[in-house]
Amino acid sequence: MPERWLRNLILMGAALLALLTAGGPAFPQAGPIRIGFIAPQTGVFAANGRDMLVGFQMFWEERNYTVAGRKVEVISEDDVGVPANTLTKARKLVEQDRVHMLVGPLTASSGLALRDFVDSARVATIYPIVSADDITQRRRTPYIVRVGWTSSQPNHPFGEWIARNTPYRRIAAIGYDFAFGHENVGGFQRTFEEAGGRIVQKLWPPIGAPDYGPYLTQLRRDVDAVYAIFSGTDALRFLSQYQEFGLKGRIPLIGGGTLTDEHVLPQMGNEALDVVTPLHYSAALTSSENRAFASAYAKKAGRPPSYYSENSYTGARFIYEALLAIRGNVENRDAFLAALRRVTIPDAARGPVRLDAYANPVQNIYIRKVERRGGLLQNTVVFTYPNVSQFWKYDPEEFLRLPVYSRDYPPLRP
Amino acid sequence: MAARLRIAGLGLGLAALLALPRLLPVYFTHLLILTLIYGLSGMGLDILLGYTGLTSFGHAAYFGMAAYTVGVLTTRFHLAMPPAMLAGIVAAALLAAAFGLLATRTTRVYFIIITLALGMGLWGLAYRWVSVTGGDNGLPGIPPLDLGFAWPRRDVTGLYRFVLAVFGGVAFLLYRFVHSPFGLTLRGIRESESRMRMLGFYTWLHTYVAFIVAGTVAGVAGVLYAAYNGFVSPPDLHITASAEQVLVVILGGAGTLFGPLLGAGLVVFLRNLVSAYTHRWMLILGTIFILTVLYAPQGVLGGIRAVLARRRPPLPPPAAVPAGEAVHQAAEATREGT
Amino acid sequence: MQFWIAQTLNGLSFGALLFLLASGLSLIFGLMRIVNIAHGSYYLLGAYVAISVVRATGSFLLAVVTAAAVLAAIGVVMQRLFLARFYRQELAQVLLTMGFTFVFADLTLLLWGGDPQRLSVPPLLARAVPIGPVFFPAYRLAVMLVGATVALLLWLVQEKTRIGAVVRAAVDDQEMARGLGINVGPLLTGMFALGAALAGFGGVMGAPFLGAYPGADSDVLPLAFAVVIIGGLGSLKGALVGSALVGVLDNLGKALFPELSYFTLFVPMAVILAIRPTGLFGRT
Repeated sequence: MPERWLRNLILMGAALLALLTAGGPAFPQAGPIRIGFIAPQTGVFAANGRDMLVGFQMFWEERNYTVAGRKVEVISEDDVGVPANTLTKARKLVEQDRVHMLVGPLTASSGLALRDFVDSARVATIYPIVSADDITQRRRTPYIVRVGWTSSQPNHPFGEWIARNTPYRRIAAIGYDFAFGHENVGGFQRTFEEAGGRIVQKLWPPIGAPDYGPYLTQLRRDVDAVYAIFSGTDALRFLSQYQEFGLKGRIPLIGGGTLTDEHVLPQMGNEALDVVTPLHYSAALTSSENRAFASAYAKKAGRPPSYYSENSYTGARFIYEALLAIRGNVENRDAFLAALRRVTIPDAARGPVRLDAYANPVQNIYIRKVERRGGLLQNTVVFTYPNVSQFWKYDPEEFLRLPVYSRDYPPLRP
Repeated sequence: MAARLRIAGLGLGLAALLALPRLLPVYFTHLLILTLIYGLSGMGLDILLGYTGLTSFGHAAYFGMAAYTVGVLTTRFHLAMPPAMLAGIVAAALLAAAFGLLATRTTRVYFIIITLALGMGLWGLAYRWVSVTGGDNGLPGIPPLDLGFAWPRRDVTGLYRFVLAVFGGVAFLLYRFVHSPFGLTLRGIRESESRMRMLGFYTWLHTYVAFIVAGTVAGVAGVLYAAYNGFVSPPDLHITASAEQVLVVILGGAGTLFGPLLGAGLVVFLRNLVSAYTHRWMLILGTIFILTVLYAPQGVLGGIRAVLARRRPPLPPPAAVPAGEAVHQAAEATREGT
Repeated sequence: MQFWIAQTLNGLSFGALLFLLASGLSLIFGLMRIVNIAHGSYYLLGAYVAISVVRATGSFLLAVVTAAAVLAAIGVVMQRLFLARFYRQELAQVLLTMGFTFVFADLTLLLWGGDPQRLSVPPLLARAVPIGPVFFPAYRLAVMLVGATVALLLWLVQEKTRIGAVVRAAVDDQEMARGLGINVGPLLTGMFALGAALAGFGGVMGAPFLGAYPGADSDVLPLAFAVVIIGGLGSLKGALVGSALVGVLDNLGKALFPELSYFTLFVPMAVILAIRPTGLFGRT
C-alpha cells in the first residue's frame, strides 16, 4: 500500500520540520537579570514583531548581555498579537520564569489587556510600541513606562504644520476603526482645526479590510487632501488601491506615521511617493547616531530599521541606563521604575529623548515625505519639531479633563 | 454498583484537582484554570458532538457571547460581576435558542457549515460593532469577581477553587443529563434518527434542547473566562477558537463526559509549554489535528475505554452501544419515566 | 447615482474573485461532501507562488500557470492520501482540512516571511478608466472578465462534455455512477485538484489588489463560505449568483452600515437558510 507509506512520510517530514526549526530557548541562559519580551513572531503581525525582537536583541548583543556586572537574560515569547495569548504569556514570564520586567507587546488590544494585569501584578513593564493614548494618560499606572509614543503625539504638530505650510484647508480622513486610528485622526483634527483647517469627512474601515474599494469610492472628491492612517499590510493595500482608483496625483495624500513606516516601505512602489507623514523616527534621519544605528541594523537584519526596531533598541537602552543608575539592583522594583523615569538619552537614533511626569517620551517629531533615493524609497525629513510632549502645547491637567480621542471626538462639523 | 464506583472515581478526581495547586508552581494553576474553562466548554460541545452526533463548528460563539455580555454590562453599564455573569449565561442560552432554530433544521455536513457561518457572523459583529464591543481593542477592564469577603478577586488559588466548584456543579448536572432518559434519547438519535422518530420520539425537540444545553454550558465557561482574564476580544470567538473546541472534544474522546477536560488539558499545556522551545506552534497544532484523525479518532479517553472494554468484555462503553441497543434503551428508559 | 454605480461595480469585481474560490469549494462539496477549510490556504498559496514566479521571471502568465499547477498537485496529495480514506465521514474530513490550514499557514510564514507582499498589476491594466461619472480600476474590470470567462468555461464543460456528464452523474448519485462502471476515484481526485487550482488562480488574480500576507487565508474564507451557503452547496449556478450577491451586499454593507458590515452579509444568509436550508440553488 504505497499511499500509506507516502502519507506517513509526509507526516514524519512535518514532525521533523517542527523539531528542526525548534532549536531550544533562543538566548544564553547566563545572567540573573531576566527580561520577559512579548511580541508576535507568527500571524499577521509577524514582520513587525520580528523588527521589535531584532532591535531589542541587537542592543544587548552590543553590550554583551551585561549591565553593571550582571548578566542579562532575554526570554522571548510569541503572543501572535492576540490579547488572550499576551496575558497567558505574561503570567508565564512573571510566575514561571520570575522575570524582573516585561517588555512589549505590539498590538493596542494586547497592550490594553496587559495593562490591567501589570497593574494588579505590580510588574515593572516597558511599552516600546503600544501607543494607545490612555496608557500614559487617563488610565496610567505606576508600573508602565512607555518609551515609544502616543498615537496622537506626532499628529498634534502635524495638524498645525499642514495648516501653516500647505494650501490644504478641507481634508477627508480615513483610518482604522479602533483606538489607534481614532487617536491619530483625533490629534490631527484638533490642531488642524484650531489652526483654521477643517475635517469634512471621516471614514472608518476595520483592521484587515480585504478591499478598500467601498471606502475609496465614497471619499469626497471636493477636498484638498486625504489623511489616511493604516499600518502593515493594510497600508500597502490602501496605497496601491488609492492609485488603482485613480486618486493618486489627483488628491494629495498625507497620513499617520505608520502608513509609510519602514516596516512596510520596502514592499511599496511608486504609489507611496510624495506621501507626507509625521513620526518620532525615520530611518533616513541624517544624524550620525542614526546613521550608525541604521547601518548596523541593516547589516544584521538585511533591511532598514523601522520605528518598531528603533523603539525596541532605544527601549533596551532605557533599561540599560536605569540598571546602571541603580547598580544592577533590579530586585528593588520601585527604585528601578523611578530610575527608568529619570533616564534621559541625548543621543538616541531618533534624537534626544526624556520622559515626562506621566512616563511618556518627550521627543522630536519629524515631518517626513516619501522620496526615492538611490533607487530605494525613504522617509526624508522635511521639518523637525523638537521636544514634543504627548500634551503638545496644552496644559496636561486640562488636556486630561477632555475625553480621549475617539470616533466622534473631536466631532465632525461639516 | 458500576455507577457507585464511577461516582467514587469522580470524587477522587475532583479531590485531586482541588489539591493540585498546592503541589504545582503558580503558573500551572493558571493553566489549570484555562483547562477547566475550555474543558467545560468542550463538555457542552460534546453534548452535541458526542452524544447527539451533530458537529457544531461555531461553539466559540456562545462562549464569546457570554464573555462579551459580562464585558459590556460591567464596563459600559457598571453592573456588578455576579448579576453580569448570570446575564451572560442567559445571553448565551438565548443565542443558542435563536441559532438553534436555524441550525437544527439541518443535519450532518449542512449542520457543520451553518454553525460555522453563524459563528463567523457573530465574530463579525464583535469585530465591527465598535461602539459596543470596542472592536479590535476588545473590552479591557472587566472587574474581578467578588463574592464577599474580597473573595476570590484575582487570587489565583481562590479563583481556581471557584472555577473548579462551578465546573464540578455543571459536570454533575451534565452527568445526570446524559444518563437521563433524555440523554439516552439523544444517543438514540445519533445512531438512527429515523428509527427514533418511528418510535414516536419528537426528535427535533430533543435536538433543539441539546443545542441550547450545549450553548448554555459554553456560556458558563465564557463568564468564568471573563472573570478570570478581565478581558475579552474578538479572537475569543473566532472560527479558530471554535475549531480548537472541536479538537479538544475529539482529542479527549467524543461521547465521553470527561474526555473534553483531558483534551483541553493537552492543548492548553502543550501550547504553553512548547512555546519556550519553538515558535512553530501552528505547525504542531495542525499536525495534532491530522494525527488525531488518522490514528486516534476515538480520542484519548475513548482509546482507553476501548482497551479496557477489550480486556473486560462484559462492560460495554456507553459511547459504543450498538445502534439498536441505544434506541431500545432509550425507549425503555422513557417508558420507565412515564 | 455615482455612488451606486461605483459600489455595484466594485461589488461585482470582488464577487468575480470570490467566484474563483467559491466555484472550487462548491465543486468539492458537491462531489465529495467535504467542507474544505483549507480552501483559503489554497488562495494564499496561489498568491505567494505567483509573487515568487513574477519576481523570478517577470511573467504574469507563467505565474498563473505555475500557481494553478502547484495547487492542483497539493490538491491531489491531500485528496488521495488523506481525505479519500474518510469517505462520507464529515467530521474527520473537516478536522483534516482544518489541520492542513494551520500547517499551510505556518509553512507559508516559514517560506515567505511575515512581510506583506504585493504583485504588481500588469502594466497594461494599471490605470483607472472612466465609466460614466466614475473612474474605475481597469484591473478590476479584467478580474470581472476573467470570472465570467471561467464561469462560462465551467458551464460548457459541465453541460457539453462527457467528463461533465460523468461529473453530473457522480454529483447526483455516486453509488449509481460506480454501478455504471464509472471509475469514480480518479474523477474525484481530478475534481478536487481542479477546485484547488481554481482557488490558487483566485489567489493570483487577487494578489495585485488584495496582496498576500499571513492571515489572508482566513480573511477570504468566510466570504467564500457565505457564497456557497447562499448559492447552494454543489451548484455552479449557485456559486455564480451567490458570488455576485455577496460581493455587492458586502460592498453596500460596508458603505451604508459600516459598523454592521459583517452582519449585513450574514443576516440575509440566515434568512435564506431559514427559508431554504440548502441555499438558493442547492439540491436537498
